[in-house]
Amino acid sequence: MIPSSFDYVAPSSLDEAIAVLGEHAGDAKVLSGGQSLIPMLKLRLAAPTVLVDINRIPGLDYIEERDGALHIGALTREHALEASTVVRAKYPILLDTARVIADPIVRNSATVCGNVAHGDPGNDHPATMIALGASFVARGPNGTRSIPAREFFQGLFTTALSEDEIVTEIVIPAPPPRSGGAYFKLERKVGDYATAAVAVQLTLGAGNDCARVGIGLTNVGSTPIAATQAESFLVNKPLDDRTIAQAAQLAADAADPFEDRRGTADYKRDVIRVLTARAIRLAAQRAQGTAPTAGRA
Amino acid sequence: MSTHKITVTVNGQQHSAEVESRLLLVHFIRENLRLTGTHIGCDTTHCGACTVLLDERPVKSCTLFAVQANGRAVRTVEGLEQNGQLHPVQAGFKEEHGLQCGYCTPGMMMTATALLEGNTNPSELEIREAISGNLCRCTGYVNIVKAIQHAAKEMRGAAAVPSQAANEADATVHA
Repeated sequence: MIPSSFDYVAPSSLDEAIAVLGEHAGDAKVLSGGQSLIPMLKLRLAAPTVLVDINRIPGLDYIEERDGALHIGALTREHALEASTVVRAKYPILLDTARVIADPIVRNSATVCGNVAHGDPGNDHPATMIALGASFVARGPNGTRSIPAREFFQGLFTTALSEDEIVTEIVIPAPPPRSGGAYFKLERKVGDYATAAVAVQLTLGAGNDCARVGIGLTNVGSTPIAATQAESFLVNKPLDDRTIAQAAQLAADAADPFEDRRGTADYKRDVIRVLTARAIRLAAQRAQGTAPTAGRA
Repeated sequence: MSTHKITVTVNGQQHSAEVESRLLLVHFIRENLRLTGTHIGCDTTHCGACTVLLDERPVKSCTLFAVQANGRAVRTVEGLEQNGQLHPVQAGFKEEHGLQCGYCTPGMMMTATALLEGNTNPSELEIREAISGNLCRCTGYVNIVKAIQHAAKEMRGAAAVPSQAANEADATVHA
């Protein structure tokens, strides 16, 4: 399959890239990993007249912890998350998430920032970023602004980004001690989008009560969903079976799935219920240090 | 529409061409360079038949524009054999009957090559994970895994094959 014709530019600076986006407002697309965009171009689901390839811009490929936050640059590939020592040690939810995105070959090219900026509710990082309380740094002609993940996703493939803005960085607040997270995804096969998936990041307080928690849902609505009622229900409660079951039901109630080849709406809501309970349990075990931060059977 | 002068090093040899922006790397490889060992399977980023190494990392060449490879190095299945000698991965696929129809084989071998050049002693689980983006509809993967293990053994010289205990540990993780 061959995409429609387009012009291609590979600027060497962000300012230059933003200027090109501005000149062709609405008709230009940013090319980073390309693992979602290029298939869409080939299927002619998208036909921008200009592609702005940011891969030649130096200084955008990093994962670093500074000023109390983890910073992930625009050109950081998914495989780099998997290989990162700091991610493995302190952000197990990010490792869980990266490992179930597409397949290892795609992850050599695909970028973390692209996964969120694309605005596809089937993508995996958005729910995780919601759970982690992350924000996205958007740079445009008038400088940079920070957009919380919870305000970023506005509709199917629609985000808070302006046509002349680029996501340059994801910023994730470093979790306090006794924090843990987990991402559970049900997929039909390797490389598939989620039938449904759940991200949970929590911090334990005194007596193992839940001090704070973020819960994000993947592919059960036209945007990734923050399960806010389940979150508020859990705060200051002990994470016993009954509480977890009630929170899981509240998360399922927050889902608004469509029926498709992956299942009926009722089925997907129930998958959310089951995965939410599993994710809360594993997140709590990781917070207590009783489950490994990397990998699970 | 724009065209671009690109220079790509393919299997150690520099190739320059004027290409349309929308030309996919796999079409550049197959049609411009006539290196037809790289196959097009699904053409939608799923099957991995078109896998090549871009700066030594496996990528699906149907999901990358040729212009993106400008100034970079590509290895295709034609680059595996050196001086008439099969690459250990090719020899492994031959010895262990790691193919039937052969369609997925070039992509499978490029992924295996990248895996083994980074780690000559992968566990069975690591092998299976590495090739999870390469689909084979004939073999059930059993002989492909054996072929890669055969190649791994050859690449690490006389060292022992992974122990039975390690293989059992893999099986547990799988279950």
